[in-house]
Amino acid sequence: MRRVLIWAPLGFFALVFALVMTGLLAPSDRAVKSAMVGKPVPGFVLPALVPGKPGVNSAAFADGKPRLINVFASWCVPCIAEAPQLMKLKQQGVEIVGVATADTPEDMANFLKTAGDPFAAIGDDRIRKVQFALGSAGVPESFVIDGSGKIVMQHIGYIGPQDMPKILAALAGVQP
Amino acid sequence: MVLAPQALADSRLPPPPLAYTQLQDPKQEAVAKALMESLRCLVCQGQSIADSDAEMAGNMRAEVREQVQAGKSPGEIRAWLVDRYGDYVTYDPPFNWLTAPLWLTPILLIAIGLFVARRSFGKDEAFGKEEAE
Repeated sequence: MRRVLIWAPLGFFALVFALVMTGLLAPSDRAVKSAMVGKPVPGFVLPALVPGKPGVNSAAFADGKPRLINVFASWCVPCIAEAPQLMKLKQQGVEIVGVATADTPEDMANFLKTAGDPFAAIGDDRIRKVQFALGSAGVPESFVIDGSGKIVMQHIGYIGPQDMPKILAALAGVQP
Repeated sequence: MVLAPQALADSRLPPPPLAYTQLQDPKQEAVAKALMESLRCLVCQGQSIADSDAEMAGNMRAEVREQVQAGKSPGEIRAWLVDRYGDYVTYDPPFNWLTAPLWLTPILLIAIGLFVARRSFGKDEAFGKEEAE
C-alpha cells in the first residue's frame, strides 16, 4: 500500500501540470457566444439607415425563407474583409439583412459604395439595442435564421472564404 | 488564425445619454449602479460595465438604466442578459452543475479540516493507538 501511496503526490502533480499545460497551450477563444441560438428571433423594428434601403422588421422573418442577419458597421475593418463573401452569398440567392451598429447614413453610404452592397435591408441600430437583443458581443457577427424565424447559427467574426460551406449548409439545412 | 477577431475599433457616434448620465431618481440610480457592478463587460471581459470605458459597456449601461427606469427589477434585467449571453455575463454565478464545485468545495475542505483537527487534537488514546501500529 505504502509503495503505491508514495507515488500519489507525483501523480497529483502530473495531473495539475497536465491541466495547466492544456489550459496554456489550447488556442484562446474569447468569443462570447450568444445564448439565443435555437430560440426565435426577438421581436424588433429598426428604421432605415440609408435612403432607398428599407429598415428591418423581425416579424417578417417567419415567412418560410431562411436568411442571414449580418451585424456590421461602416467603422469596422473586418466587415470590409467579409464583404466579398456576402456578395457571393447574395449571388446565390441568400437574403442578407443588415443591422448597422452605431452608424451614420453618410458613413454607411460610403461603405456600401466601396465595399459593395449585398443587403436587402439595413436597420439603424444606433444604440445597439438589437445587437444586445440578439446576444451579439461585437461586429461583425452573423446569424442564420430559418424559415420559421428561429436562430439556427451564430457566426462570430468575419465570414471568410473558409466559412462559406458552413454558412451555406446552415442556410440550406433550414430550407423548407 | 481560423477565428478572426471582431473589430476593436469604436464607432464615431457619441455615447447614448444614459451611458454617462445618472438616473434622475437616486433610488433607481443606486439599484442600477449595484446591478452594473455585477455585470461583465462583453469586450473587456475583466471589468464590470460600471468600471469599463469601452464603448459597448456604455451602451450596456444605457440599456440597464433604461430597463431600471422602466420599472424592471435587477433580477429580471440580469435574467434578460443571461438569456442572451449565458451565465458568462453575470459576476454573481448561479448555483448549477457547473458551479457546484465552486460553492461546495470550501464546505468540503472545512469538513476535511475539522476531521483532521479532531484526529490530531482529539482523543489521546486514538492518537496513541495509531503510533503503536
